[in-house]
Amino acid sequence: MALSFLLLTILVVAGLAYVLAKSRAFKSAGGDIRLLHSLPGYYGWNGALTVLLPTFLALLLWLAIQPVVVDHTVSGMISAESAAESTLGLVMSDVRRIADGLDLAVQNGVLTAQDASRLNTGSSDIRETLGAVGVALGAEVTAEKLEAAQTYRSATATGFWMRTVLVLLVALGGLAVSYRRTDKDFRARNFVEQVVKGILVFAALLAILTTVGIIFSLIFNTVEFFSLYPAEDFFFGLVWSPSFGGGSELGILPLIWATLYISLIALAVAVPVGLFAAIYLSEYASPTVRAVAKPLLEVLAGIPTIVYGLFALLTVGPLLVDIFGNDGALGVGWMQGGTAVMTAGLVMGIMLIPFVSSLSDDIINAVPQAMRDGSLGLGATHSETVKQVIMPAALPGIVGAILLAASRAIGETMIVVLGAGAAARLSMNPFDAMTTVTAKIVSQLTGDADFASPEALVAFALGMTLFVITLGLNIFALYIVRKYREQYD
Amino acid sequence: MSEVSGAIRTADEFEPNKATAMENTKISADKVQVYYGDTHAIKDVSINIRAQTVTAFIGPSGCGKSTFLRCLNRMNDTIDICRVEGRIAIDDEDIYDPKVDPVQLRAKVGMVFQKPNPFPKSIYDNVSYGPRIHGLVRRKSELDDIVASSLQKAGLWEEVKDRLDSPGTGLSGGQQQRLCIARAIAVSPEVILMDEPCSALDPIATAKVEELIDELRENYTIVIVTHSMQQAARVSQRTAFFHLGNLVEVGDTQDIFTNPRDKRTQDYITGRFG
Ligand SMILES: Nc1ncnc2c1ncn2[C@@H]1O[C@H](COP(=O)(O)OP(=O)(O)O)[C@@H](O)[C@H]1O
Ligand SMILES: [Mg+2]
Repeated sequence: MALSFLLLTILVVAGLAYVLAKSRAFKSAGGDIRLLHSLPGYYGWNGALTVLLPTFLALLLWLAIQPVVVDHTVSGMISAESAAESTLGLVMSDVRRIADGLDLAVQNGVLTAQDASRLNTGSSDIRETLGAVGVALGAEVTAEKLEAAQTYRSATATGFWMRTVLVLLVALGGLAVSYRRTDKDFRARNFVEQVVKGILVFAALLAILTTVGIIFSLIFNTVEFFSLYPAEDFFFGLVWSPSFGGGSELGILPLIWATLYISLIALAVAVPVGLFAAIYLSEYASPTVRAVAKPLLEVLAGIPTIVYGLFALLTVGPLLVDIFGNDGALGVGWMQGGTAVMTAGLVMGIMLIPFVSSLSDDIINAVPQAMRDGSLGLGATHSETVKQVIMPAALPGIVGAILLAASRAIGETMIVVLGAGAAARLSMNPFDAMTTVTAKIVSQLTGDADFASPEALVAFALGMTLFVITLGLNIFALYIVRKYREQYD
Repeated sequence: MSEVSGAIRTADEFEPNKATAMENTKISADKVQVYYGDTHAIKDVSINIRAQTVTAFIGPSGCGKSTFLRCLNRMNDTIDICRVEGRIAIDDEDIYDPKVDPVQLRAKVGMVFQKPNPFPKSIYDNVSYGPRIHGLVRRKSELDDIVASSLQKAGLWEEVKDRLDSPGTGLSGGQQQRLCIARAIAVSPEVILMDEPCSALDPIATAKVEELIDELRENYTIVIVTHSMQQAARVSQRTAFFHLGNLVEVGDTQDIFTNPRDKRTQDYITGRFG
């Protein structure tokens, strides 16, 4: 039975369990709902869940275990010589391809099921037959591989049958158990609520485990990198020049420098503009203006960063060259090309404006009205109140918002790739092209490099460094924001 | 409504020495109406508030006591939908005259709020906030003097003189409220408005604040909104009873409590509603 059909069957059984359990509960109370411990729907759900949960568990286990068992059986049939020629893994993947190819041939009607299972190397050219259904085989099909493939097919087919039977048995068992258990005193509501809670816990756990998994993969690859490349050269090296032939210099400092430089320019743009916008919106704007402007600003936050990148490449870069370039309006000749730290920084700053302003706006609004009244009641003007009471009260929260914005700036990639250039450089001139940690992670991993070389693995060390920096910033920001919240509770 | 204002006028006419009473008038309100959008919150209220006297506003909640109080220093200006009509004069000067800057008015008419609301700054900075804004001092030493004397008048000096640099929000509720009173005193107002200043305090802190109000009466005109009739009886010399936006009755506190003229006042005082 195909998997989709099996799933459908399970759902039908679960539906049946729902209906049966509900009606039985109803009957056990003699038709009087008030005598039931829980509402009838809970008994129904209890029935459906008692079917679904064990069944899915069994199915998942089976799906995980069957390939392992089949592989183990089949790989026992491969002789030591053929395994020695290449590797066992390669032979096994050949076997699987042959098996899959035969299945496909049967499905397409090129072979009958009987022909397929009686096929042997002498009687026909298997490679050709399979090529006709679109399965290309690299090596000649040996008798040994063919035999293994046939075993593989039959074992898999048996597995499928057993799976179907097992799953259906579990489903029916669940149905029976839930049906017998249903009674007017059974605490169906509690059971259902437990299950729902379990699902919530599972979802939360999944998110956490994924994060942990990502961190571990970063750590392992970073450790791997440091076994190939000295850590002090990485952290203190002033030159970044990877060459895939070997002899690369992989110093992170130029990248960190550019990252911080661009972030600094971005914050220099975003913080004043965002903050002033937030002050205007929360303190001075009329409700009508606010109702229009706030969503507009938030739309700005939803623009994909690649669009900002294009804006940097096509508009801001050329504009800056027109002003600061060799033949520019100022005639200073500071800027050689459109891509520069300044270009990326300015555009990133624009990207961060809504981020800063919307966070700051929330924080300013959280300052209690009582503070404003207190100040106004002493004869302070509105602007004195903003400057001397509201801003100081909101400052820790705003600092938190700025730190969050900084960690976004540090992690930003697309704007940098398109706006800042690709050359790693340690320079003070903001009109020079430079490149950042994130941009280099992309270029190191998208090249043709062998994945085990330090030139590729360095991406993980870069990622790890970035991760530690932004994590630190975020924790610090959250700490400050939280500390600030306590003040008014 | 006309019946109500009639009652007040009669009250004034029966005043024993009306001449001195008029002389002493600090704030006079005449036919004041307040609207929040379409809601008519204060209806035709006329009242004279005497200088160097504590006047208590009592009445069931929602009757407009805070609203009327906030008219006296134009705090209602900060609410967009609020509209005030009629005439309110302090020292015979219309405070709603376009010439009057509400900001300067509020320096003259200080306010203490229901919930203590010290700024998240040091105790010193809380008290010196007003004088600094209004440029009342030229030297740091003058500011120190104002801070010290304001805290002394508010009865808080002994408790905080060693920790003027610690945050005002770290004080207890009662201390915070006295800090807010000190903060208001520091700008040398002539009138102090208090909106249920003790409703967030425990009985001991309340007693201290009440004692303080009694002392302040010597130098300031005080208007206090209160929920508690005992408090009104303890601290005030004059009492005004509000009901559903109307000023029902105003008179000497003694009279109001022992001999209320209006049925509604009587019902409220005897606890029949509110
Ligand atoms: N900011 C406001 N906006 C709209 N209506 C208000 C506002 N403040 C008070 N009101 C209304 O005005 C009336 C009087 O309120 P308030 O003066 O606070 O009463 P009190 O202080 O006597 O309890 C109430 O009906 C209240 O709902
Ligand atoms: Mg009130």
